[in-house]
Amino acid sequence: MTTLVFLESHDGELTKGGLGVLGKAASLGDDVAGVVLGSGVRDAAAAAGAFGAATVYVVDDEALAAPLPQPRVDALEAVVRESGADTVLFAASVLAADVAAGLAARLEAGLNWDLADLRRDGDELVGVRPALGDTVLVEVGWTSAPRLALVRAGTFDPVESGGSADVKDVSATFQEFSTQARLVEHLTEKASGPSIEDADVIVAGGRGLGSPEGFSYCEELAEALGGAVAATRAVVDAGWYPYAAQVGQTGKTVSPKLYIALGISGAIQHKVGMQGSGTIVAVNKDPNAPIFDFADLGVVGDLTQIAPKLTELLRARR
Amino acid sequence: MKIAVCVKQVPDATSHKRLDAATHRLDRSGEGVLNATDVNAVEEALRLKDAHGGEVVVVSLGPEKALESLRKALAMGADRALLVSDDAAAGSDLLATSRALAAALEREEADLILFGQQSSDGDGAVLWAAVSDRLRRPMVSQVAELKVEGAELTGKRQTEFGYDVIAAPLPAVVAVSDAINEPRYPSLKGIMGAKSKPQETLSLADVGVEAGVVGEAGSGTTVRSSSPPPAKSGQVKIEDDGSAAEKIVDYLAEKRMI
Repeated sequence: MTTLVFLESHDGELTKGGLGVLGKAASLGDDVAGVVLGSGVRDAAAAAGAFGAATVYVVDDEALAAPLPQPRVDALEAVVRESGADTVLFAASVLAADVAAGLAARLEAGLNWDLADLRRDGDELVGVRPALGDTVLVEVGWTSAPRLALVRAGTFDPVESGGSADVKDVSATFQEFSTQARLVEHLTEKASGPSIEDADVIVAGGRGLGSPEGFSYCEELAEALGGAVAATRAVVDAGWYPYAAQVGQTGKTVSPKLYIALGISGAIQHKVGMQGSGTIVAVNKDPNAPIFDFADLGVVGDLTQIAPKLTELLRARR
Repeated sequence: MKIAVCVKQVPDATSHKRLDAATHRLDRSGEGVLNATDVNAVEEALRLKDAHGGEVVVVSLGPEKALESLRKALAMGADRALLVSDDAAAGSDLLATSRALAAALEREEADLILFGQQSSDGDGAVLWAAVSDRLRRPMVSQVAELKVEGAELTGKRQTEFGYDVIAAPLPAVVAVSDAINEPRYPSLKGIMGAKSKPQETLSLADVGVEAGVVGEAGSGTTVRSSSPPPAKSGQVKIEDDGSAAEKIVDYLAEKRMI
């Protein structure tokens, strides 16, 4: 029984999401191998050994230089065949979702997504998927081989095991249609600090910040906590903050250990993107804001008073 | 240019969504609406048609009553609707759905196939990737800006790291995000005219799909059980009396978060 974990690399480093899934897969007791696909990614691939991979399969090919899904389906198909894997796991991301679904069609393999947990039941693998805005927990299974799963972003933290991995090269043949799309330009929208998928702490802002300048409250508080800044759809649409930071139904799903919501009402569209967070602290002027229904600590008050003071107190503790 | 837009009827956002206790499937008996991002996809198709001419056909897989939602797309300006409806398709997962949809799309031979990036009924935002692999066409998803020039499209793709501008030759598959446009409202004339536009309902057999490869039989995944999630406990709500910042710090310290 071999489980493959898709490890996404960005700027020569493996992203935290995939490494977290790797650790979870290793804890289920299977043989776990990582898969790294890209161009010039061998060094990055070797690093996966320290996070629970005994083996890392690498397809290093110019055709995989751009972050596009279709050539990755070809490469992953080759690795699945080479390794005889019965399970392929992905940490959800824009790229991974497309790769996973393409692979599902290619291998006629069942794909479950948005999983918040994985466990073993004898020989069977069971996924847990919160559905309908997390009002229902659904247990899902597979009737096909291999089994494919996308795990909700930020669900599992990487675990450093200190091991080293055996790096195995696999070569892939690329389909003509897979290589027709091409990257013309890459525009980086650099947010300072960690990305919101990888952050343990997120400070998010909404309309209640009052203006784009209000995000300085979030940025300073995030800086004091070593966290990242996120935003609601309303303020991203209004141009107050970049889309890369958008959390919610049409943005990202995050589950940091701590989520501090400043001036966010907590509409369902936002809630679905962050309700998996460990602890939710909300500051809002409106005592009837829906966010207080699911915040662990709700503070009714003026964020322009509370946030700077909180930042100052946290800085003083360092 | 012929554009096929894949759309889905979803339960009305204001309705109470539930899973059927016996099948664990979403109860779709209530009021249905056209999925929100699919409306963006229809809008984008209409804009491309305005610029380049051609035909816009909306394609869906679902129960008979999904035709009501397809009529909204017709009222917006789409030319034709195609619904694949078959009892055997109920309970289809990604594999089975993509199989049936790809078969229907194969008949249409569109130059461009559009999807909306999200479905509001909780199903994963991944169908286009499976469909494009089956159709062996290039695919770009999470597209916030789309241009077509000659036989090539250019899409601005939103990712976690910024924007990637991707070019691909037609025919191709594109999934658009809701940032791409502001959909029009159907005009009264559009609504009146929608009824007389061609609306075709086909069975799986009509599109060349055997019943055994869709529905639960053709799916690679199963639902074992469903249950309510554990209730949240220990919630605290305070009103700021000037000491809220200190209280937050105490709370976080107690939880060992700082």
